[in-house]
Amino acid sequence: MRRMIFNGSLVLTAVAVVAFCSFSWAQMTEFDENQRLGMESHIGKLTGHAAAAAGSYRRYCVGCHGVLGDGEGENAQWLDPKPRNFTLGIFKCRSTTTGTLPLDSDLYDTIGRGLDSSNMPSWNPLSAQQRADLVAYVKHFSARWVSEKPGTPIEIPPKPEVTAERIKAGQAVFQKVECWKCHGETGRGNGPSAATLTDDQNRPIQPFNFHDNNRFKCGTSDEDLYRIFMTGLDGTPMPSWSDNIKPDEAWDLVFYLRTLQPMKSKEKEIARQIGLKPGATSAAPAAPAQQ
Amino acid sequence: MPLQPRLRSNNVVIERSEEEREKKMRVRYQVAGMFSILLLLAIGLLSPTSSVSAAADGKITGTVKLDGAAPHMKGIDMSKDPYCVKQHENNPAHLENVVVGAGGGLENVVLYISEGLSGPEASQVPTQVPVFDQKNCMYTPHVLAMDVNQKFKVVTSDQTTHNIHPLPNPLAGNIPWNKSQPPGAPPIETSWKTEEVAIPVKCNIHPWMHGYFVVVKGPYATTDEKGSYTIENVPPGSYTVTAWHEEYGKQTAKVTVAAGKPGAADFTFKAK
Repeated sequence: MRRMIFNGSLVLTAVAVVAFCSFSWAQMTEFDENQRLGMESHIGKLTGHAAAAAGSYRRYCVGCHGVLGDGEGENAQWLDPKPRNFTLGIFKCRSTTTGTLPLDSDLYDTIGRGLDSSNMPSWNPLSAQQRADLVAYVKHFSARWVSEKPGTPIEIPPKPEVTAERIKAGQAVFQKVECWKCHGETGRGNGPSAATLTDDQNRPIQPFNFHDNNRFKCGTSDEDLYRIFMTGLDGTPMPSWSDNIKPDEAWDLVFYLRTLQPMKSKEKEIARQIGLKPGATSAAPAAPAQQ
Repeated sequence: MPLQPRLRSNNVVIERSEEEREKKMRVRYQVAGMFSILLLLAIGLLSPTSSVSAAADGKITGTVKLDGAAPHMKGIDMSKDPYCVKQHENNPAHLENVVVGAGGGLENVVLYISEGLSGPEASQVPTQVPVFDQKNCMYTPHVLAMDVNQKFKVVTSDQTTHNIHPLPNPLAGNIPWNKSQPPGAPPIETSWKTEEVAIPVKCNIHPWMHGYFVVVKGPYATTDEKGSYTIENVPPGSYTVTAWHEEYGKQTAKVTVAAGKPGAADFTFKAK
């Protein structure tokens, strides 16, 4: 009988101690990466397991991203832009707000798509399950995935019909919020601030040149372009504009930016018809509105 | 624990003794339950989340000086942005890494209590909202101190677009973000969740714009142009006060605050 009560209070004490310890759980796991090998990813119906990706990570990723996932693989010194450091949990291509973790599907899309104008190729040759496992493996490098939840995805309203007015309005947005400071008056990536831009690690980085690129790092569709400037590209100078560009204006801006790109598009056709010239509209950029 | 042998021949007696046993057990379980509740309560009181209010009207005051010649602060070439140039037509802009006032007073030094605070004073979050302004293409103030979880505002007074890009260490708990503020943009109101001395802040569009957020636990102060400071709301006790400056690092001093008698600590940083 005594022993039973002793056992009972022992169990309760243990519960109390565990409850107390859980306050500092986040710090305890920081360097204990093996413990995080149980990490999972969920992309639609797929469930990825970090432990299952150890082999494919060593085969396909380790050369650049390194054994520790810190972007210090043996090839890293030859690369520009540098491979991602997964331990920080900071990613360019997210559907979530700036300063938050991406969704599993964002990482999955990045692995499948690759990152244009970098050394990151598309990994679509791997099976969907392998890619989902790799997402979980990428996540297991950072304790942030234990202590934080991914951010809320920004909402993308349905794309409106392209019109000449919308394209012109988009050009006005480009001027008003001063995209040209980095991306240049005509979107060639040669704005006054372009030369001094650095990423979060203080390495030089170039703004996007719309004229010689069909694709963006974070996708090719109009929705991807919308998402890029609303979420910002974390780790780079590109900020989030979601507080300052309304959804309608954002679509206008998408349509205008499409007129700058080299491929054929409906937007480009309309721009040609109305004789739209990239660059400042009638009013000088910094001048106050005339009456 | 071994099972009691069941005696079929005398059912009544067994039932009685079982009832008694159950009663006894219930009492003992209650005792054990109370004990664990008390234990949890004690842990709750010990943990820093408790919120007991205490009179905290003591102060720590002093001055921070720079010993030696103040380093030359370079002028800033703002020609990238004509708007910025115009704002500084009559008062040329200089870097603000080291700002020394009359008598060698060192500005932009953050003072905070690094040891000795316990319980409510450490976890009380001030209700005032410090403001970080982007004015004339410079940060005003250059260094903004705040408490963990204290709300602060980032505003812009400029007619040119800025991006505000704080760069804390994400592994220490605060996460970097990067937001734009074109002219007339609404303030950004946010907070930091962990102590961090200090978080660099920059504007990528105007690369000379560089400042710091200093996130501390408990009462803090920043030196003015004379290098003097007052940390308010310090309860009587013995403390270690740390002075932090972006170029000269940290210094500490032991301070005692008695009831009705403010503590005092002066610091001197050596010019490099």
